[in-house]
Amino acid sequence: MEKYVQIENVNMVFDTKKGPFVALQNVNLNVTQGEFITLIGHSGCGKSTLLNLVAGLLKTDDGVLLCAGREIAGPGPDRGVVFQNHSLLPWLTCFENVHLAVERVFGAKEDKAKLKQRTLDALALVGLSHAEHKRPQEISGGMKQRVGIARALAMEPKVLLMDEPFGALDALTRAHLQDELMKIAVNTHSTVMMVTHDVDEAVLLSDRIVMLTNGPAATIGEILTVDLPRPRDRLALAEDPHYHHLRGQVLEFLYHRQLRPAA
Amino acid sequence: MSTVIAMQPKLEIVASAAPPEAPAPATATAPTLSAPVVPSATRSRLFDYGRAFLRFVIPPLLGLALFVGIWAIVAKTSPQLPGPAPTWDAAVTLFSDPFYSNGPNDQGIGWNILNSLERVGVGFGMAALIGIPLGFMIGRFKFLNDMTSPIISLLRPVSPLAWLPIGLLVFKAANPAAIWVIFISSIWPMIINTAVGVSRVPEDYMNVAKVLKLSEWKIFSKILFPAVLPYMLTGIRLSIGVAWLVIVAAEMLTGGVGIGFWVWDEWNNLKVEHIIIAIFVVGIVGLLLEQLLVTIAKRFSYE
Repeated sequence: MEKYVQIENVNMVFDTKKGPFVALQNVNLNVTQGEFITLIGHSGCGKSTLLNLVAGLLKTDDGVLLCAGREIAGPGPDRGVVFQNHSLLPWLTCFENVHLAVERVFGAKEDKAKLKQRTLDALALVGLSHAEHKRPQEISGGMKQRVGIARALAMEPKVLLMDEPFGALDALTRAHLQDELMKIAVNTHSTVMMVTHDVDEAVLLSDRIVMLTNGPAATIGEILTVDLPRPRDRLALAEDPHYHHLRGQVLEFLYHRQLRPAA
Repeated sequence: MSTVIAMQPKLEIVASAAPPEAPAPATATAPTLSAPVVPSATRSRLFDYGRAFLRFVIPPLLGLALFVGIWAIVAKTSPQLPGPAPTWDAAVTLFSDPFYSNGPNDQGIGWNILNSLERVGVGFGMAALIGIPLGFMIGRFKFLNDMTSPIISLLRPVSPLAWLPIGLLVFKAANPAAIWVIFISSIWPMIINTAVGVSRVPEDYMNVAKVLKLSEWKIFSKILFPAVLPYMLTGIRLSIGVAWLVIVAAEMLTGGVGIGFWVWDEWNNLKVEHIIIAIFVVGIVGLLLEQLLVTIAKRFSYE
């Protein structure tokens, strides 16, 4: 299998007032193209740190981070990021928010009509064609998050990085967006790395679940392969014993082996 | 940040002291006079409107009446101070011919106000042209911030008039020196508020810029400028307030045509009514400038 995102012997140390804080220690992970990976672990275990390292928003001198064979030297549009709190610019419409990304990535080689079409396509992909002229404060939280996904996907990134993208949404909206994300990921053949703290979300969406041990000095404790056939249907899975077995394995890791006494 | 917070109470006072802002009740009560048969539901709503209107209008009027009353009593006890009535009479004569001109030392009140406004406009305009871009750069680049912050902290608390001799020395004329004082005293709020605004742009927006690898110009035009605009407008509002405060003092010292010089001139003529009128004029013009900028600020707020 081709290693698309390569993380080798990565350590991440933050300098704090109380001295160095080891957030991640000796992390090794390979992600193949088209794979859907979720990172799960207790809060503070460094899953967002790992994602930000791949995004290039954080840097470490210790270890190797590669994306499509090239070293990750900083943030760039080849790794689209969906932020937890959507991070849309409130003074731009949905169209303009997505267009900003499209223009940056394709502006040099394509004409204006093509850029506009790409933007509209991205909004259509997340089902928001009707809201293109609305501003972020005029739409619901779920819609904002969809615009954030559209913005990231419109850049045609090599990897889609999602940091608890549905964490701030209510359960129904979250389920709806999970279903949409599954479809989008299949249709666009996206490689996805997603941080979550929701066990059901992880089992439903992932090809592999990367479980991190508790920090400080967190590392990958176990990787669970989710061999449920796709397309997956949440209602059918609710009755599926294998789904419950996989879910049980994640829960066992989180609450038996990695239960934080103070939490 | 303290400067930003300090603006809030002022705003409320401005809002409550402006009764013409409530035209709705006035138009709503008008039909009652021509149409005597009003359904009871409408009548009670009109009654509510009327009550709201009165609640809106009575407190400021009461405050004003109390102020004039105290002024009248104080004027009764000290004979040099003119009371409200003589001041009003003097104001009527004064404003009946605001734009006369009998040589450089005797011009109408209109000319004096306009000359002061021109000085404020030029000094404040130059301060904005330099202060706002400087604020952006200081906020954006930490090195520049570290470089300039000791100078700004040192110069900002200096009394505006302390700069006047330097202006007179450099420009060798009174008028540019007055403009210079306006410039140097009104530049600080704009630099500081703009820089604070830039440093408070949410980290998320800057992360978007980083992930997209936006050019410095795109970062400025699409993220920094819109995000900083409210802070910038607060800075501008504080600045114009300072500029209008300082102009009176500066003109008292430099002379020429202007409201500050006029106050001094009327003191020498012992026309105390005119000094009181000047105080009101300065207050009203300051209020109008402030209102103008509040209106602009509201138009540009995106939320």
